[in-house]
Amino acid sequence: MGETKTDSKGAFYWNDAIKTDFLAYTHYSHQADKAEKLRKFGIGTVLTHRMDGIFRGSGALVTLADMESGKNILKENAAIFGSLEKGTATNDYPTSLTGVIALIRQFLYDAQWYTAMKGKADKNISLESYISLKNIPIIFKTQNRSDISRLEKIAKEFELNFHYVGSGEEFERIPDLKKTSSTFVVPLKFPQPYILSDPYDADMVSLEDLYRWDIAPANLHILDSNQISYNITTIGFEGAGDFFKNLKKAIQYGLGKDKALYALTEGPAKLLKVESQLGTLEKGKLANFIITENELGSEGFILMENWIQGRQYTIDGSAEAIDMRGNYSLVTDYAEVGGKKMILKGKPFSPSGEFMYNDTTKVSMDLSFEKSFVTGSFFLKSVNGYIRISAQIEKNKTWKGILEDPTGKKSDFSATWISAVEEEKKKEKTAITYGEVRYPNKAYGWKWNDLKAAEDKSYLIKNATVWTNEKEGILKGYDVITEKGKIKKIGQNLSCTDCQTIDGTGLHLTSGIIDEHSHIALSRGVNESGQSSSAEVRMGDVISADDINIYRQLSGGVTVAQLLHGSANAIGGQSALIKLRWGKSESEFPFEGAPGFIKFALGENVKQSNWGERNVYRYPQTRMGVEQFYYEMFNRAKEYAQLKKTSKDPVRKDIELETLCEILDGKRYITCHSYIQSEINMLLHVADSLEFKVNTFTHILEGYKVADKMKEHGANASTFADWWAYKFEVNEAIPYNASILTRVGVNTCVNSDDAEMARRLNHEAAKAMKYGNLTEEEAWKLCTLNPAKMLHIDDKVGSIKEGKDADLVLWSANPLSIYASVKFTMIDGIIYYSEERDKELQAFNQSEKTRLVQKMMQAVKNGEDGVPLAKKQFFLYECESLEDYDYETIQIVD
Amino acid sequence: MKKIYTYISFLLLSGVVLAQKPIPADPQTKSIRITNVIIHVGNGTVINNGSVGFKNGKFDFVGENSATTSTSYEITVDGNGKHLYPGFILTNSTIGLREIDAVRATLDYDESGDLTPEVRAITSYNTDSKIIPTIRFNGVLIAQSAPRGGLISGQSSIVQLDAWNWEDAAIKMEDGVHINWPNRNRIIHPNQKDVDENTLKKDRNIAIGKIKDLVERAIMYMKETSHEEYNGKCEALKGLFTGEKNLYLHANTEKDIMESVAYFESVGVKKIVLVGAYEAYKITDFIKQHNVSVIINRIHELPRNEDDDIKLPYRMPKILWDAGILFTFSHDGDMEVMGSRNLPFNAGTTVAYGLEKEQALQLITLNAAKILGIDNQLGSIEVGKDATFFISDGDALDMMTNKLALAYINGRQIQLEDSQYYLYEMYMGKYGLKIK
Repeated sequence: MGETKTDSKGAFYWNDAIKTDFLAYTHYSHQADKAEKLRKFGIGTVLTHRMDGIFRGSGALVTLADMESGKNILKENAAIFGSLEKGTATNDYPTSLTGVIALIRQFLYDAQWYTAMKGKADKNISLESYISLKNIPIIFKTQNRSDISRLEKIAKEFELNFHYVGSGEEFERIPDLKKTSSTFVVPLKFPQPYILSDPYDADMVSLEDLYRWDIAPANLHILDSNQISYNITTIGFEGAGDFFKNLKKAIQYGLGKDKALYALTEGPAKLLKVESQLGTLEKGKLANFIITENELGSEGFILMENWIQGRQYTIDGSAEAIDMRGNYSLVTDYAEVGGKKMILKGKPFSPSGEFMYNDTTKVSMDLSFEKSFVTGSFFLKSVNGYIRISAQIEKNKTWKGILEDPTGKKSDFSATWISAVEEEKKKEKTAITYGEVRYPNKAYGWKWNDLKAAEDKSYLIKNATVWTNEKEGILKGYDVITEKGKIKKIGQNLSCTDCQTIDGTGLHLTSGIIDEHSHIALSRGVNESGQSSSAEVRMGDVISADDINIYRQLSGGVTVAQLLHGSANAIGGQSALIKLRWGKSESEFPFEGAPGFIKFALGENVKQSNWGERNVYRYPQTRMGVEQFYYEMFNRAKEYAQLKKTSKDPVRKDIELETLCEILDGKRYITCHSYIQSEINMLLHVADSLEFKVNTFTHILEGYKVADKMKEHGANASTFADWWAYKFEVNEAIPYNASILTRVGVNTCVNSDDAEMARRLNHEAAKAMKYGNLTEEEAWKLCTLNPAKMLHIDDKVGSIKEGKDADLVLWSANPLSIYASVKFTMIDGIIYYSEERDKELQAFNQSEKTRLVQKMMQAVKNGEDGVPLAKKQFFLYECESLEDYDYETIQIVD
Repeated sequence: MKKIYTYISFLLLSGVVLAQKPIPADPQTKSIRITNVIIHVGNGTVINNGSVGFKNGKFDFVGENSATTSTSYEITVDGNGKHLYPGFILTNSTIGLREIDAVRATLDYDESGDLTPEVRAITSYNTDSKIIPTIRFNGVLIAQSAPRGGLISGQSSIVQLDAWNWEDAAIKMEDGVHINWPNRNRIIHPNQKDVDENTLKKDRNIAIGKIKDLVERAIMYMKETSHEEYNGKCEALKGLFTGEKNLYLHANTEKDIMESVAYFESVGVKKIVLVGAYEAYKITDFIKQHNVSVIINRIHELPRNEDDDIKLPYRMPKILWDAGILFTFSHDGDMEVMGSRNLPFNAGTTVAYGLEKEQALQLITLNAAKILGIDNQLGSIEVGKDATFFISDGDALDMMTNKLALAYINGRQIQLEDSQYYLYEMYMGKYGLKIK
């Protein structure tokens, strides 16, 4: 358990969050007090490591016997530990989860290279240490269930097998977990119920929190019934009592007692490959065992003794860990008390007491427990004074001590447990029920079977006004058939026997809206602002499938969104193109086969103009500096490419420069945040002289001033319909921008960069009819076909054409009208949102909330510790968001 | 009398080199009638084939075409079947008080200090804001300019949007006091992980105490026959008790609304307008019983709770309308001033989610005028009211068809071209393209 800090100046990895050189056993010293605390959990052996940094070094397997440290150590390097948290490292980088993941990948590539160099590389202790360790299990700590799929992606890339310290949310994405060959080390902490006495506060508690509270105790049972490998960790618990209480709860929720025992003994022994020494009671293994009163996880379980390496430790202070509730008979010479009864009920570890003077007269007692001692007092009317008791709790919940009457006379006192309290017994017997996991597990989530059923359907949409975005234009009274995710047929009077028919009479059918510039569905930071270039980071690594804005935007007809890095640096991160497949997991969101993009940025954000007086030093601080920064970076990339061609030694793979090389090779497209004409012109020159293309200028509010130059370069424009005046560089932005660019011949679209506006990009497109007189068809293409072209996915989406993806939206009216609303939104032939289903879901949300609020109130009544409500606010990322990535669980502020 | 007959053409000044900023129009000197228009009165009714007449800035005729045989107008304009609307009214805005959000020097809406009822929006109201013409362009002709921040932000003013200076602009210089009732819901900021609940409660109680102290001090101050010391803060609050000023009470949760309304009623505040009022839709009975009107936030807003109906802000107006509450909506929020040109489209959205078109229009015309207390003069196309209106080629609540042809404030024909239109012309010219 010994924790020391290293001074990492020297031949170590450049980033201090990489601490692979920290070998816990070299810093370990046995600490008797901590060992004693852990022994109360029944633990004989612990895997200890320093919880700091991204790569945390190795953990040592040590026993908890009070001996010289050297005798405790069973295995020096039992596992490598990692996390997605930067910890105490003082480097500027990384500031976001994307940066953390990039750093992990770069480090793993560096390790491959270092090995390949066979000693010719400059000495690096961090890399060497990792390389020498790498045949032991790698265990990553996760903050939530999405981290698992994020890390699995890395594991796959490097052909590694990661194991995970879980978050307790694992049950929410079982299908993802089934794809892994990992073991999950699961904590037993469950969410506490909220205190919900005020109905006015009802909206403050989210269904997500209620669901999680409802199902979390069944986490292990659900893992077990899905054949997922798991161990149990005691991490997060202060006292053993709460741990055993939760273990019992997990068992009540369906986990087999044998399974629980396995997950605390043989399971971890196997994971750490020490099953020859630990894990079972077998001849030749270490004499590590516990002696208990009653079976582990059962009623009346008490840990009596914990034997480690043959040494006996009697567990005292068990009162704090024992459910003391029950009926007691009292023995004392003091006649007013002797022979009478006492009842303890309420919370198991701090129950309230009642002294039964007779069958009808109860007196409440003040009780306090400390370790194995209990003190108490109560007022007795018959003697008009306070009775005080103090006793030690022995085996079988027997109290032995003294009693002092109001006159100061002391007598011997003992209390013996006779039976469980009736109401407690009843509670134990009531069947445990919990709800079905929704996908995602929150309001508007899918029932798994409904989602599966929705996947298999074919549709015939009859007699609609079809906005094809093709040369056929807008077809009135046409039918469309979808099958297996594609548009099968467009025509009149079509029939289809296997199809579900939807009457489109009076309605308008369009292809789905494509939002070229979005920051929804991302986790823990949209900007990696630690460096001026962050070409190595990938938004695709931090997709969050649970963002309610995915569902909200479906209701506005959005089917595809490009999730962009922010605009804090000149070279941002790689974009993720997703389909809004609400209900599916992160790994199923990416748009298949889409080409890679990267975000660049110019202007005020890059030069930190609005970051306050303190941020005036990072290069660049001017638009002049931005230009030179690009030359510098791209020339480095060219030199790197050259080196790869000429070097005889293995070349260190640099994932940042690799990305820039992709741009130079025409394999990755640029989306550049930009506003004013000088900077647009500048980047066009930089690109021309270095021979790469700028695919898209995004925002581009002064694009109308250099539309001819953009056209000549072949750049696309992605703009806002009517935003301006929010900062100085948008002072000459005009709402005619999209129209002028279109008229000049630049492929143009409107985007959102805003979770609210994304729900009504049809409005934004229609504004080009008001400002600049585009035709209906021209305006509609601004949010559909044009962005598809810009993103190079127009072979699959962007228009209604046979063979293209069935990404369709049915509108109540002309989709460009303010009066239009969405009847359904379909992606790959699956209806992810419909007006009807939304109504049903709202009613369902309401009934679920009612059910769970009642259940939560009952839980608090039954003695669970309730916590006060806190309003969660939603944080919406936009380009300029610099919020720290560590705060995902607590969101948002308006 | 010489009579001029004319047709509407938007670019009356086309070909002339435009100033970056429209020139404020001169007062109406000639009587004008406009015939052959669809009149959206603003009170829920529509007059097809209508015509209007106005003299000296006031309507003296509103009715069916056939009835306008009068020849007493010096100018007659054929409306060609276009739509005529009352000027839209923007409430609870920081218009004229902020120009560029990221440039601090252009921001004048938030005075320092918790209790600043004495500050008045009108004196900071910048008639020359480049944003104003862009809002008029879509039909917003009247606005309430209001201070923000603190517990008592200050006093708002009502202005018309075509003026040389703030005195010209003012319709009401001090129309009400804005008070922000502290939110009772604990809000956890990402950087406040371990905020103690009791501290939050205590802070809130202290804040409410500050408001109450000042309000009660003002009541005492009013009772004094002579003042030993002049107190500008108390002076500013007087009007709340005489009914000269509205109380704009910014509160959002059910309990905040109930608590604050009950308090201000108990101390004798005459007219209360709830602002924000996100949860007002849940306690419509309470709001009706207490006879308060409501300014909700913009319609194009996300629901505040994850579990809310995803279209709640779109549907809220229908709920409030059906409950019989007098309400309008503002454009409060991010980028609110420049975005307030979308006020009519926010109204249009409520039609997609339940309201009738004329009801939606009424929200941003007659309802807004009633709430601000200017309905004797503005808010609908009626005889005796100001000739503050515009004519649009099509439905003005829909961005596809909102195209203003003419606009008048007090009978003065205002210039619609703005600096943005000028840039549009300039660059279309550069590329040799014609404006259709």
